[in-house]
Amino acid sequence: MKLAFREVALAIRRAPLLSVLGVVTIAFSLFAFGLFGLAAINIRDALRRVEERVEIRAFVADATPVEAVATAMGDIGAFPEVAQVDYVSPDSALARARRELGEFADVFEAGVLPGSIDIRLKPDFRDPKSVKAVAARVGSYSFIDDVRYGEDWVTKLYQLRTIATIVGLVLGLAFAAVAIIIIGTTIRMAVLAREREISIMRLVGATDAFVRLPFLIDGFAKGVLGGFLALVLTWLASSLIDRALGFQTAFFASGVAVLGVLGGAIIGLLGSALSVGRHLRRV
Amino acid sequence: MIRLVDVSKAYVRTGLALDNVSLHVAKGEFIFLTGPSGSGKSTLLKLVFMEERPTAGEVRVSGVNSATLKRGDIAQLRRKLGVVFQDFRLLDDRTAHANVAFALEVTGAAPNVIPAKVNRLLTQVGLASKAQAFPRELSGGEQQRVAIARALVNDPFVLIADEPTGNLDDRATRGVFQLLREINAAGTAVLMATHNVELMRRSEYRTIEMLHGRLVADSADPAVAARAAARRAEDDAAARAAAVRPSVPLIDDQQDSPLTVQ
Repeated sequence: MKLAFREVALAIRRAPLLSVLGVVTIAFSLFAFGLFGLAAINIRDALRRVEERVEIRAFVADATPVEAVATAMGDIGAFPEVAQVDYVSPDSALARARRELGEFADVFEAGVLPGSIDIRLKPDFRDPKSVKAVAARVGSYSFIDDVRYGEDWVTKLYQLRTIATIVGLVLGLAFAAVAIIIIGTTIRMAVLAREREISIMRLVGATDAFVRLPFLIDGFAKGVLGGFLALVLTWLASSLIDRALGFQTAFFASGVAVLGVLGGAIIGLLGSALSVGRHLRRV
Repeated sequence: MIRLVDVSKAYVRTGLALDNVSLHVAKGEFIFLTGPSGSGKSTLLKLVFMEERPTAGEVRVSGVNSATLKRGDIAQLRRKLGVVFQDFRLLDDRTAHANVAFALEVTGAAPNVIPAKVNRLLTQVGLASKAQAFPRELSGGEQQRVAIARALVNDPFVLIADEPTGNLDDRATRGVFQLLREINAAGTAVLMATHNVELMRRSEYRTIEMLHGRLVADSADPAVAARAAARRAEDDAAARAAAVRPSVPLIDDQQDSPLTVQ
């Protein structure tokens, strides 16, 4: 192991520019991927915030006994899809309408709005099918006059989310593939630059493992450094965007950031292992 | 020790390089392998140190058989062989000492025994005073002697030399050849490919001539040996009559100048 580290140090000293180029290439490839990831999590967050507004409102007929409403709310609250159930009395509904309509607040008079049961769904059940099913079940209570949930709006939102997920996956895979190809090529260059050394190592009886180890250490170290540099660049970019937009965008959770750096290390390690392995099969 | 049995080697692009060759190298033997470029000398040597595998036939070297060879066997086999080339193949960013030590390090030798062994080898090849020199600071002959020291550091039973004097001037050539003779005298077999007719004529070692991938003459064959002896006798008589022949010099650090690469 000590010898392997010495070989890594020698390789860096012999071709420092190539080593720096390797780290920078890994950093910029992962930086591009990181920027994409940042855009993806912010779009996902924005959609989630909109989705949180998916709500089923069941209007309660006038003069419905409070006990009946309370029983129904208990039942509805036990639905597996339901996250939260609230009763909005006619007075509360009026206050809310006035609050939401601002300058038109005085168009409503007391008693004009019915009471309602407002139902929020769990994140996994905000698709049109689930919303419709819950609405139908809620509507089956005899004292429910009407159920509204903005069917068109929920359908469009769901389509938007599906498109965002698919585009995100395809672009994410493309970015990842480009990063892996660029990093792989850079590592391959480093291996080819040491082709003569590898052949001499083999000539004097070095085992494949002995030849491979310094390259694995080198690839891992470059991956970690490149990954860390990419994280710093992504954070700087995120800060600049926040400053330009005037509000705080979402950044990677610390666990995801560590995973990103680890991803760089794994790409570096695998890239080196593949390149050296391919080269060793030829000598 | 080394045996080639009906060995052929064909390359996809260039075709047949060796054609049904059989050869036995006995323990401690010195063999010249000669023939024009492209006659198959280097291919034969590559088969011996298992850089190539035969297309047909089998190569047996110190108990390792090319027919049943596993990849892991190659490293172990090469630790028992020494190989030197015309282009020396030294690591340019390491000193002569480090180049020789490297061959020990890859075998997992104990670090405390490496310096003494390397120093002994460098002394043996006459380069003790240049242990800390980098290859670029050494002459061609000196670089080849470092390569020979590296090849010997694991106490091989055979030294395979592919045109070891091909890049050297006459003086350096004589020095390297003398070194190979001494190595052979100490019990290590030497298998040397060369174009240098003079070296072969001045020695009585077994000489094998190759042409178009075949062995066409072997001085171990009594008839060929008789003809070679007669030719050497004629040469000696002619030389005695002409002038005093230069003797093979002793090896020392100043044997060749730093500008001896041709």
